[in-house]
Amino acid sequence: MTLSLSLRDVSHHYGDRLVLDSVNLDVPQRSITAIIGPSGVGKTTLLRLIGGFEAPDKGRIEVEGEVVAENSRLIIPPQSRGVTIVPQDGALFSHLTVGGNVAFGVKNRRSAAARARVKEVLEIVGLAQYEKHRPSQLSGGMQQRVALARALAPHPRVVLLDEPFAALDAGLREQVREETVRALRATNATAVWVTHDQEEALSTADQVAVMLDGRMQQIANPATLYQYPVSRQVAEFVGDVFVLAGTSVGAGDRVQCALGDAVPIAHACQNGPVNIVVRPEQLTIVPEGAAGSVPVQIVGSKFFGHDGVIEGTLSTGERVVIRLQADQLPQVGSRVGVTTRGMLLAYTD
Amino acid sequence: MSSRVRAPFALVAPALVAALLSLVPVWYLFQTAFTSGFAAVVDELFQSRTLQLVLRSLLLMVTVTSASVVIGVFAAWVVARSPLRPRLLLIIAFSLSLAIPSYLAAFAWVSWIPGISGFLGAFIVLTFVCYPFVMLPVIASMDISDPISEKVALSLGRTPFGVFRTVTLGQSRPAITSGALLVALYVLSDFGAVAAMRYEVFTWVIYGAYRAGFNPSRAAILSSVLLMAALVLTLIEARVRSTRDTFRLGSGVRRATNIQFGVAARIATITGAVLLVALGAGVPIWRAIYWTGFDSSNQVQWNVVINSIATSFGIGVVTSVVTALVALPVALLSARYRGKASQIIEGSTYVAHALPGIVIAISIVYLGIRTLRPLYQEMPLLIMAQVLIFLPLAVASMRSAIAMSTQSLENVARSLGAGSMMTLLRVTIPLALPGIMAAGALSMLSSVKELPATLLLRPTGTETLATQIWKFSSVSDYASVGPFALAMILLAVVPVAVLTATTRQGVAR
Repeated sequence: MTLSLSLRDVSHHYGDRLVLDSVNLDVPQRSITAIIGPSGVGKTTLLRLIGGFEAPDKGRIEVEGEVVAENSRLIIPPQSRGVTIVPQDGALFSHLTVGGNVAFGVKNRRSAAARARVKEVLEIVGLAQYEKHRPSQLSGGMQQRVALARALAPHPRVVLLDEPFAALDAGLREQVREETVRALRATNATAVWVTHDQEEALSTADQVAVMLDGRMQQIANPATLYQYPVSRQVAEFVGDVFVLAGTSVGAGDRVQCALGDAVPIAHACQNGPVNIVVRPEQLTIVPEGAAGSVPVQIVGSKFFGHDGVIEGTLSTGERVVIRLQADQLPQVGSRVGVTTRGMLLAYTD
Repeated sequence: MSSRVRAPFALVAPALVAALLSLVPVWYLFQTAFTSGFAAVVDELFQSRTLQLVLRSLLLMVTVTSASVVIGVFAAWVVARSPLRPRLLLIIAFSLSLAIPSYLAAFAWVSWIPGISGFLGAFIVLTFVCYPFVMLPVIASMDISDPISEKVALSLGRTPFGVFRTVTLGQSRPAITSGALLVALYVLSDFGAVAAMRYEVFTWVIYGAYRAGFNPSRAAILSSVLLMAALVLTLIEARVRSTRDTFRLGSGVRRATNIQFGVAARIATITGAVLLVALGAGVPIWRAIYWTGFDSSNQVQWNVVINSIATSFGIGVVTSVVTALVALPVALLSARYRGKASQIIEGSTYVAHALPGIVIAISIVYLGIRTLRPLYQEMPLLIMAQVLIFLPLAVASMRSAIAMSTQSLENVARSLGAGSMMTLLRVTIPLALPGIMAAGALSMLSSVKELPATLLLRPTGTETLATQIWKFSSVSDYASVGPFALAMILLAVVPVAVLTATTRQGVAR
């Protein structure tokens, strides 16, 4: 596996505040890596360091095996790294046409080869007919695609995308996101993509890196990350969950809780009290009193169209959330039985 | 922050040269001030007439600056936010008084109402000359700021006036401050208006000290006091600027806020606008036409007028090009590489602005006599003196234009392989081009209007429009002034039009 980008023990301060704490990250060639985390967690700082606009206080950054920055030394400046950026607001050059923007980073930009490259990339993002337009004549989504085309045109070693769709409205965001992924795949680009939208990360990336409090908590492919989060914090950040109290029993691979006396869990745990993290789709509704079920009093229901979510209370008074098909939502106030599917997550913290 | 991007040498070197050039007059000033010894300096400073001089200058500076801010912001609001149209006509009308030199305006008022002479006359003339310095940057800032925040404030229950006071003014504060600084510095260093109004402030007294007894020491000491005042202003401006922060999220099309306008408000706005144009540009233009019409007795010597126009125009073009070239590195450095060094470089170009033109001119005279003898009373020295005088104005105008484009554009350029210099040439400068053109136009205007340096440094036999107007007005021969005054007003309209066009381009972007 060839690495396009690799970060080793990268730490960075702003004043007294430790923004990045020994971050490690490997990005394989031709892959999309999403970095997710809440706002202000250091994701944008990480991109600034990779882009070369600052040097990390500690640690090493390599691009295709070449050390570009190490221990507060900026070895390769941004313009020589082959790392391009797609900023949050697009940041198109308003004094240039769409074609001029895309050609900006292409070598010998007046040559026939460069012109062909500009056309090719604009074709990929679906804006071939807008080459002569001014950025101000395009919609927000189109501007963002021009920004992407501009970043892809010089065959970069890595493309950095900083919350590229944050400013777009929901309907447009999904469409532009799909087009972006398609363009990244079509150009065999290596991309690092920062977002606070975990759904976006899970649906598009080859690997997802979860950052919390300046630390890299877990780096995994989307399915693994969703099924086997390494900590309760990560589990709570990725996808919807609710938490129950319980006790780890047997060989540490089962738990006793309000959902049952020996429910299987994903990671083995030391015997003793644990927090059990359950995803709403892991519960199934059965008639009250059915074998292996526990009783639940329905107290609330939300309808989302394609599916719905009901809220209920267990005999212990703990709250559960259950995701169901929209036509199966029980009445609020009724009582149902609930069984568990798959393996739950249990953490001692 | 652990690492800073270092300014490229190709930028620092010319900026440093500009700063050193700006300090030549200061060097001369201190040398001259202390020729008669330290005791003489103390003696001169603590005379009661010096204190009166300080108070009069302060009074004029504070009143003119306050009035210019009020009028300048009103004019900017009329252009950028009020429903009055067409916009282009409004900008041109409001900028016209910029085309009229202070001595010409002052002679116009005095020849009309002789009793106005003194503080009142100087205050009125300087305010109408100076308010565009506030208006132009505020229009630019209102155009660039997102009107959506005004709509948000309206939706939060503020009244339209409340929105104007808190949001619009708040967002324009850096522009207002920078404009007010220019006005204050201009008032301190203006010579023409106070001389024509016979109001005894620093510049006039300094000029008198040079002319009457040729007392360079007293003039230099008084100029040093002026210099200190300028330094204080520069420091305040730097402090204010460091706290500014403009921020806009997202992309999309900006739409102007359509504030609902009642009939009374509309009439008040129109009255204000008409009055402003009538008093600012109307009075001098009317007087110039009146003087020319009066001129039936003696024949207008058109070849003399045309010669003067050509000379003024030629000097103006060369000066504005040189000024733009010298100011650009300073502005780039101060807008993009904030730091002690760049602040000192920028500050030293400001110092020159507070020195009255007459002091800069005489320091260049000395430079010519002592060091550059072959150039004395030749064009290059006159151009150099004018460039030094206009440099701060050009730097300020360019700097705010450069600061408007966001840093993220430059980061993108660098990530695409452009080095620091290439980024400046391909992104920063093209984006700031309207501001750079505006600075060039401003210098051109100032050069045509400039009086004291031209009086002292022009090659023998060379007459510009400014020297002709001065020559005839100071002996109240207004009939002869007429054609030159009209020509000056017409010639100055060209740069005003360029200025206006570029301001407009800034909107279209």
